[in-house]
Amino acid sequence: MSRTGFLILMLAMGVVTYLPRMFPLLMLSRRRLPGWFAEWLELVPAAILSALIAPTLFAQAAPRIFSLGKPELLAALPTLLCAFKTRSLAGTVVVGMLCYWALKQVM
Amino acid sequence: MPDLIDIENKGFGRAGLTAAWPICLGYFPIGLSLGVLAQKMGLAPWQMAAMSLFVFAGGSQFIAVAMLESGASSLAIVSTVFMINLRHLLMSSVLAVHLRGVSRRFLALFAYGITDESFAVNLTRFNQGGWDVRSALTLNHATNATWVISSVIGVYLGQLLPPGAVGVDYALTGMFICLLVFQLRGPIFIITALIAAFCSLLAYLWLPGNAYVIIASSLAATAGLALKRAKRKREGKP
Repeated sequence: MSRTGFLILMLAMGVVTYLPRMFPLLMLSRRRLPGWFAEWLELVPAAILSALIAPTLFAQAAPRIFSLGKPELLAALPTLLCAFKTRSLAGTVVVGMLCYWALKQVM
Repeated sequence: MPDLIDIENKGFGRAGLTAAWPICLGYFPIGLSLGVLAQKMGLAPWQMAAMSLFVFAGGSQFIAVAMLESGASSLAIVSTVFMINLRHLLMSSVLAVHLRGVSRRFLALFAYGITDESFAVNLTRFNQGGWDVRSALTLNHATNATWVISSVIGVYLGQLLPPGAVGVDYALTGMFICLLVFQLRGPIFIITALIAAFCSLLAYLWLPGNAYVIIASSLAATAGLALKRAKRKREGKP
């Protein structure tokens, strides 16, 4: 692929990545949202975070199969507990990393 | 009073940098391994830099590098990247609520840095209150800089860190778990999160690609809203 061809491809990838990030900001930040939509949006973050994490904890990647007992899942238990107890992001990240690292050493 | 404004801006900048550290910590090893992969696939450092600058989306960059190597058509690559990053529609919609009265130029600049990670941290901060949009923008750019730099270092130097050093590959998962806990502000949030996890897992196992995030989170938020409304109706409130 030529230098220009590559740059055009990167630009196109950049545009299709940028549009979904920008469009709602421009459209929604300037108007009053209907009540049901605002209520829906309030539930979205918990849903997104949970949806992002679930496969990491409960599934192998290649091939995609269900799995209980990944070190990611086991390390999630103390991490979750730490988050509930301390409500500290820094502490939780460090506890999670150390538990995961320790589990990887034994498993 | 330019001095005073400058000092204020510095404060907001520092707050953004401080909040960005778990993301940067998590991005660094991922960026490195992207660089290593890109180098194996024959990409030059400038090509890696261009991709990380233009695209700034980890998952789709890994896939794009692999597709480039396999000789996929540009159209196939661009549409795959588009599909993977559609989930940011939802995140951007949620953040829009917190960016009222901000100029279009600022929004355009801010949009560039919306990733799963910056979304999660900025949203948590906005909810806690007192989070300035300038801090949020600084956080976006700090994470972007980490991403660009680490991916280019990966091309030049290869696997600088031993894989899995002190569990650093768990930094982002740990961060997401903690930010999820911060979101659980009542029973309806917990139920929504459980539905999302269940749907996400099913979608991940049954569907190819990365559609599982956007499918599961819209389904779960809709189910959560329906449950909330049904409960309100039962209790006879409007």
